[in-house]
Amino acid sequence: MQIASMHFKERAHDNMGNAQLQGNLQKIKGKFVAKRRQSLVELDDVEATREAARAIRQRALDNLDVWLEMFERNATARGATVLWAETPADVNRHVLAIAARHGVGKIIKSKSMVSEESALDRAIEAAGLDVVETDLGEYILQINDYEPPSHIIGPALHKSKEEVSDLFARVHGTARKVEINELCLEARQMLRKHYLSADMGISGGNFFVAETGSVVLVTNEGNATLTTTLPDVHVAISGIEKIVPTLEDVATLMRMLPRSATGQSISNYVDLLTGIRGEGEFHGARHMYFILVDAGRSAVLGSEVSEALRCIRCGACMNHCPVYQSIGGHSYGWVYPGPIGSILTPSYIGLENALDLPQASTLCNQCGVVCPVKIPLPDLLRKLREQQFARRLRPWSERAGLRLWSWLAARPRLFGASTRIGVRMLRWLGGRDSLIHRLPLGRGWTDGRDMPAPAGRTFRELYAARRADGGQR
Amino acid sequence: MSFGGDDPARAKILGRVRDALSKSGAARDEAGARAAAEAYVAAHAYGPRPRMPGDRVARFMQRATDMESTVAHLADRREIPASVARYLDALELAPALAAQRSRQGVCWPELADLDWAGAGLAIEPRPTTGDDKLGITGAFCAIAETGTLVVLSGASTPTATMLLPDTHVAVVSAARIVAGMEEAFALVRDERDGLPRAVNLVSGPSRTGDIEQTIVLGAHGPYRVHILVVDH
Ligand code: SF4
Repeated sequence: MQIASMHFKERAHDNMGNAQLQGNLQKIKGKFVAKRRQSLVELDDVEATREAARAIRQRALDNLDVWLEMFERNATARGATVLWAETPADVNRHVLAIAARHGVGKIIKSKSMVSEESALDRAIEAAGLDVVETDLGEYILQINDYEPPSHIIGPALHKSKEEVSDLFARVHGTARKVEINELCLEARQMLRKHYLSADMGISGGNFFVAETGSVVLVTNEGNATLTTTLPDVHVAISGIEKIVPTLEDVATLMRMLPRSATGQSISNYVDLLTGIRGEGEFHGARHMYFILVDAGRSAVLGSEVSEALRCIRCGACMNHCPVYQSIGGHSYGWVYPGPIGSILTPSYIGLENALDLPQASTLCNQCGVVCPVKIPLPDLLRKLREQQFARRLRPWSERAGLRLWSWLAARPRLFGASTRIGVRMLRWLGGRDSLIHRLPLGRGWTDGRDMPAPAGRTFRELYAARRADGGQR
Repeated sequence: MSFGGDDPARAKILGRVRDALSKSGAARDEAGARAAAEAYVAAHAYGPRPRMPGDRVARFMQRATDMESTVAHLADRREIPASVARYLDALELAPALAAQRSRQGVCWPELADLDWAGAGLAIEPRPTTGDDKLGITGAFCAIAETGTLVVLSGASTPTATMLLPDTHVAVVSAARIVAGMEEAFALVRDERDGLPRAVNLVSGPSRTGDIEQTIVLGAHGPYRVHILVVDH
C-alpha cells in the first residue's frame, strides 16, 4: 500500500471538514462501543479474562522462535508448506510463485491486513492473474480502484450506502439499488460465481496455533470459510507475531476478540484449518501454504514498543479513540489506523516516514483501557515521541521548547517564579471576559476557539496556601 | 524461490527473533524455553471461564437463538424430515424470495436413511453442486456457551453442504452439547486421531455489517441456520 503517513496533517484537516465522513464516523461510535460494553458483561470476570489474553500473547512473544519452530514442525507434518517472508515484497513473490506452480488463473481472497502492507492484489493483477476480494468491505474498496481501508474491522465503514449504491451501479452495470440488503444481495451474486470458479484462495490468519500447526480464521460473512473450502490451493498469510501456543489459548482469546471488535459473543464463522484435504474428502485445499511474514516485526520485538505485537486486531482502540473518531482512518495514511496504527506504522515503515502519528493522540488512555490484550498504547506512543526527540525528528522550535521546559522544570524556584508570571500574563491577555482569543505561539489552538484564561493563582501557590492553612483540603 | 528445504529467509528471520529476545538481559536458555513450551502445551490449561448455571441444552438453544439460528428440540431422530418440512412451510419470505422455500436439497450420508420422501422432501445424500437450496448436515458436537455448531471435515461430512445452499439445517445430538470451546477441542482430541483438515465453528447464518454497520443475513453463505436438537 502507498504510504501517505507524512501527509497526516493535511489529510486529517480535510477529513474533519468532510461532512459525509463525519456522519459515517458518528455511527461507528454509537454501535461498536455500546455493543462491546454489553457483551463483555457475559464474561463473569472480564479483567481476569483480559489478563489471561494478555499473558497468552506475551507468552508467545517471549519465546517467539520456539513457538514458530513448533508451528512449522506441526504444520509441515500435516502436509502444509511453511514459507517465510522477510519483506512485504517477499510475500508477493511467494504468492506469485505458488500461483505459477499450480497453474492458477483466478484467486479469491478473504481479508488479510498483511497483504495490504505489500499491495498484494495489485501485484497479482500486474502478473496477469485475477484476484477478487470477498469480504464485502474489501470488495467495495477493490472495485473502487483499490481505495485504502479506513478501519481494520470494517474497511469500508467510511462509505455511506448511497456511495455504495452509486459504485455498484457504475461498476456492475446494474440498476441502482437503494436498500442495504439489496446491495448485499447483489455483491453475494457477483461473488458466488468467483467462489465456484477460483483456483486458489488467499486468507489472512487471526492466529497460528503452534500446538497443531493450524490457522484460525474469524469472520461473520463466512467468506474465509468459503475461500478456504472450495479452491484447490490455500495460502494463509500473516505476521510471525500471530502465534498462539494451544487450542485452549484460542478459546480464551476468542472470548475477548469478537466482543472487543463488534460486541458479539462469538463471530459467526470461526475456522480452525490444519493441513491438506483428507482421504476421500470432497472439499478443502489439496495444497496448503503458510507465509510467515516478518516485515519489521522482529525489529519491533527487540524495541521499546514490543508490547504492540500482542495486538489481535480487534479495532477497539480506534473505536474508542476521540482522535480517530474525528479524523477517520484514512488520515493515518497506511494499513493500520488509530492508536495501534500510530505505533505500528512508524515501527514498520520508519519513524521518519510517519512523523505526526505518535503525536496524533491526546494520551487520554481510552485505548489502553479497552485493549483486550492490555497493550499500554499511550505509554508506547510516549516512547516513540521520546525517540523522535532523541533522533531530532521534531521541528527545531518544538525541541528547543521542550529543552527549555525540562531545564526549567528541574529548577523548582525558578519554575515557581516563571509560572507565577506566566499565569498573570495570561490573565491579563484574557482581559475582561477572561478568554484568550489569540494565543502567542499557539495561534493554531485559538484559531477555532477561545482559550479560557487562568483564574489567578498557580497550583503551587494554592498548594502552599492550603498547607499553611493547616493541611485542610 | 525455494519451496521448503533450506530457506535463507527462515534463518534470517529466526536469527533476528533470537537476537531480539536475547537483548533483554541474561543469556537465554533456549533448551529450557523449548522444554517449557512443550510442558505448557501438554498441560492444556484452561483460562478463566464464565459460569454456566442451569441446563446445558436449554442454554445452547437460548444462545443459538441469540445468534439468530432457529432451534427445534425433537425426541427421536425419525421426526427430523417432518420437522424440516414444517420449518420450510413456516418460513416467512418476501415474494421475490419464495424459491428459498424449496424442498430440494442434499444431506450428509449419515442422514440418508431418514424418510425424506415421506415428508415431501427431495433430499439426496451427496455433496452439493452449488445449486442446491437446502443443505442438511450433522454436527460433531455443539457449544452451549455461544450456541455454536462444531462441524468437522471428512469424507462423509462435506463442508460445502453447510455453506452453499440458501438454508442450512443442522442435526445435533443433545448428548453432545458441551459447555465451551475447550470441551469441544478436548472431544476432538479424544475421539479423533489429530485434528481434521477443518474444524468449522458455526454460530448462526452468514452476515455482514460492512455497509453502515447494518446487519444483513446471508452475506455469502446460508441466509438461515435451523438447528434440530435430537434426544435419541
Ligand atoms: S491494540 Fe489492542 S485494542 Fe487496538 S486493535 Fe490491537 S488488540 Fe485491539
